[in-house]
Amino acid sequence: MRKLVLIVLVVILSISTFSSIKVGAILPMTGGVAAFGQMIWQGVALAHELFPQVLGQDIEIVLLDNNSDKVQAVNTARRAIEQEKVVAIIGQVISSNTIAGGAVAEENGVAMVSPSSTNPLVTQNRKYVSRVCFSDPFQGVAAALLAFNNMGASNVAVFVDVEQDYAVGFANFFRDTARELGGNVFYEYYKSGDQDFTAQVSDAMSKNADAFFIPGYYQEIALIAIQARQLGFYDPIISGDGAAVPETIEIGGEAVNGLYFTTHYDPGSPAVTENAKLFVQAYTEKFGEAPGTFTALGFDTYLVIRDAIERAGSTDREAIAQAVRQTKDFPAVTGIITINENGDAIKSVAIVKIEDGKFVYDTTINP
Amino acid sequence: MDPKTLLQNFVNGLSLGSLYALIAIGYTMVYGILRLINFAHGDIFMMAVYFAFFLVTLASLPWYFAAILAIAGAAILGFSVDRVAYKPIRKAPRISALITAIGVSFFLESLAVVVFSGIPRSFRTIFPQFLNEMIILGGQVETRYGREVIVGGIRFPIISIITLVITAIALVFLWWFIYRTKIGMAMRAVSVDIPTTSLMGVNVDRVIGITFALGSALAGIGGILWAIRYPQVWPYMGFIPGMKAFVAAVFGGIGSIPGAVLGGLILGITEIMMVGLLPGAAGYRDAFAFFILIIILSVKPSGLMGKPDIVKV
Amino acid sequence: MSIKNRVILTLVAVVVIAFGLMLSQEFLNSYYSRIITLIGIYGIMAVSLTLVNGISGVFSLGHAGFIAVGAYTSALLTLSPQQKEMTFLIDKLIWPLNSIQIPFFWATIIAGLVAALFAFAVGWPSLRLSGDYFAIATLGFSEIIRIFALNLNWLTNGALGLKALPDYTTVWWSWGWLLVTVACITSLSYSSFGRALRAIREDRVAAQAMGINVFKHQLMAFVFGGFFAGISGSLYAHWLSTIDPRTNTVGILLTFNVLIMIVLGGLGSITGAIIGGALFAFLSEWLRFLESPMNVFGFKIMGISGMRMLVFSSLFVIIMIFWPRGIMGRKEFTWDGVASLFRRGRK
Repeated sequence: MRKLVLIVLVVILSISTFSSIKVGAILPMTGGVAAFGQMIWQGVALAHELFPQVLGQDIEIVLLDNNSDKVQAVNTARRAIEQEKVVAIIGQVISSNTIAGGAVAEENGVAMVSPSSTNPLVTQNRKYVSRVCFSDPFQGVAAALLAFNNMGASNVAVFVDVEQDYAVGFANFFRDTARELGGNVFYEYYKSGDQDFTAQVSDAMSKNADAFFIPGYYQEIALIAIQARQLGFYDPIISGDGAAVPETIEIGGEAVNGLYFTTHYDPGSPAVTENAKLFVQAYTEKFGEAPGTFTALGFDTYLVIRDAIERAGSTDREAIAQAVRQTKDFPAVTGIITINENGDAIKSVAIVKIEDGKFVYDTTINP
Repeated sequence: MDPKTLLQNFVNGLSLGSLYALIAIGYTMVYGILRLINFAHGDIFMMAVYFAFFLVTLASLPWYFAAILAIAGAAILGFSVDRVAYKPIRKAPRISALITAIGVSFFLESLAVVVFSGIPRSFRTIFPQFLNEMIILGGQVETRYGREVIVGGIRFPIISIITLVITAIALVFLWWFIYRTKIGMAMRAVSVDIPTTSLMGVNVDRVIGITFALGSALAGIGGILWAIRYPQVWPYMGFIPGMKAFVAAVFGGIGSIPGAVLGGLILGITEIMMVGLLPGAAGYRDAFAFFILIIILSVKPSGLMGKPDIVKV
Repeated sequence: MSIKNRVILTLVAVVVIAFGLMLSQEFLNSYYSRIITLIGIYGIMAVSLTLVNGISGVFSLGHAGFIAVGAYTSALLTLSPQQKEMTFLIDKLIWPLNSIQIPFFWATIIAGLVAALFAFAVGWPSLRLSGDYFAIATLGFSEIIRIFALNLNWLTNGALGLKALPDYTTVWWSWGWLLVTVACITSLSYSSFGRALRAIREDRVAAQAMGINVFKHQLMAFVFGGFFAGISGSLYAHWLSTIDPRTNTVGILLTFNVLIMIVLGGLGSITGAIIGGALFAFLSEWLRFLESPMNVFGFKIMGISGMRMLVFSSLFVIIMIFWPRGIMGRKEFTWDGVASLFRRGRK
């Protein structure tokens, strides 16, 4: 008798998950870029809490961890599409993973929307992979404007992480714009995971760099900043959205005060939309502190997908994918999102500065 | 390269090399006794840092207590790894021991990922800030961006001086321990011939365990010093430093403790010099260390100060 | 059992497996059938490493390097010139590679040959070293290969890697090559060459005294192992549809994974290697449940990320301590063995 009750219970409880729409979330929850993945997940989860339904059904989020790894990026994408049968995917986070996992999405005709992948190859020639953030060609321009116009540098040392697509691409776009602006740029190289940059910093200083630009991830940005200051480099240090996590300040400390970086969003920027106000309010209520860029992006991706499902009016993957590409003027947290026919979102770049151990909004560069 | 940059790079290399030297000692000690490349050495280094991190953040211990406990923890960990993983296969062919060492290394790394999560943490606030200050020789005072700063001059981190001092102390201590105490004599005996030594009534397992504990304690000290200089803690932080320390140990002569120190210093200096002279080749930096390793192994496997290994039939 | 019977049984077995694969393609969804393809690829990796580590007894940690060489070679050969134009953003690919495109089969063979060449270059200086040092030297070479791949933008596209590789690896290619690999290595193993290798493994000095040229034999085994590693690399790249020089993809982690496979299956056994490869592929996916949130009676239990690697490495250490022979030990699957099972049953 007890067994029967148990079985019935199990059946009932599992049925309760039957009539839900599954959306996959493939994020790096472990591995080198887990910091970004976890923040994005926070945003997604928060959005899910606030808007748990669409078309009269519950949305179920299936979280898969890609371990910051390309192979896993592909495997989890397949698993999400074939095993879990999701209708759309939020993911992935860093460009190289999104490019890899995106190939699977393309093949199967499932919409994949990335919160944060900025490399152009992510959406190039693809119909199903899109993003809600700006892409690096624009971020590169913005960073160059920041360095050469706003900060008045003329000879910038770019620290390139040869192991990351994102860094290499970003650095190149920076350099191209720098040349147009008449500035001089030279490269210093490192690999992800390096800890000692004293040789590169000394070299950059000996070449009279008057600013450093670090288009990489926060671990190395913080260490380079520390070592630069230690070796007597007091000029500006600039970076990209890889620095937009609290760990940059935690690890960098005093050395990163005065660091400027380009990013997607900052809670300090004027809240343009209802969703933006709602987001900041809900986040501060729940976590007691101001939200970060990546959390906002995760929030937005969820909303965009939900909106697409609503507009498509069905759970058909093809319809949803088309609806995603037709997103126009969607009032999101990080700006007004319109996704163009290439899958990119045209958005502004926010410039944020680190002051006294906090992120402080500085200005915005518009496309 | 202008002389000032050259000198600064040399100093940078010395700073990096001093850390390699300390870790290399532990490697060489274990290899000298057991002929085992303890791949897990770098990971014990990593664990000690995590111990210190959590002792300060969770248990709110003052940094000096935390450091001592973390080092003790590393010693215990090293001892246990030997007891659990290496002792049962002492009689097995050396290949098995090597494979097991690799396994233990990955085990410790994945354990750290699961328990501590893979995100890098900041070590900056764990130890007093003055340790990461620089000693500046020369240079002049200028005003930049509204502050008075020293421009130019040669800079050397305080923590590197401390590392060199500790390495020197360790060298002296180990020399006394190995050549002037009974246990040290037992260690020397075990490194020559294990079966005969045990026939002489020496508890070989205990001696080996003590060797591991000592070597691991040094790795722990090295780890904490490393984390003060490069204030970031993450599960795979021990892998490359461990590898480079191993190269240093081989370079200096595996089995020779002064050799390990020498090897570490030279490796650090050459690594930085290479990047300084060929900035475009900075991406090849780690390959360079492996390259040195292969050349040494091919040309003079006994390293700078080691003795050749004769295989008896 | 007579040779004729053995050959017939083997042919029957091959046909049965082929039939099974065909069924799997028909009825399983692409997620599962890709895992089966992967098992074939892992099998080749494991068997080629077994030839070196297991049968010859030289402990190589450099397998990932040769797999990488094979992967890059075949990828560079199968991509169309237009794709290469698009993918190589930092530096343009050198001539003549930027204008060739050849069929998958030949690309794979060339990949194997290039990898074998690399194996020769690595083995020649390294095999003079004794056990531990050899292992570290091969590890060093493997990392050097990876780091060069990372930096040579005009050849490998550096960190960007090669993307959009055509999805050539089907179940048939991977298991077909597995069959070839097993056939080659098995016949090598049972030949006088193989016996010499085993003699060297057991007692190097005695073997030398018997007149066996240790260096030459070990080098040849190493080169063969490298050849098949290259083949597996080519298949792997076209399964993944992307290849990049990061540690997780073609670095130490890959070598460690292959090591797990052969230790699990039995160091020294070809059958063991295949079993190990299959087990690894299967467990890798099955154990995923430990890492994702689980729905148990409506409660969500958050999975712990990284558990899979922990399980694998613990398993590895436990097997090395308590069960170092693995599943098959050094024994192989033979028809005689199967027959004796039946005979025992009859009594």
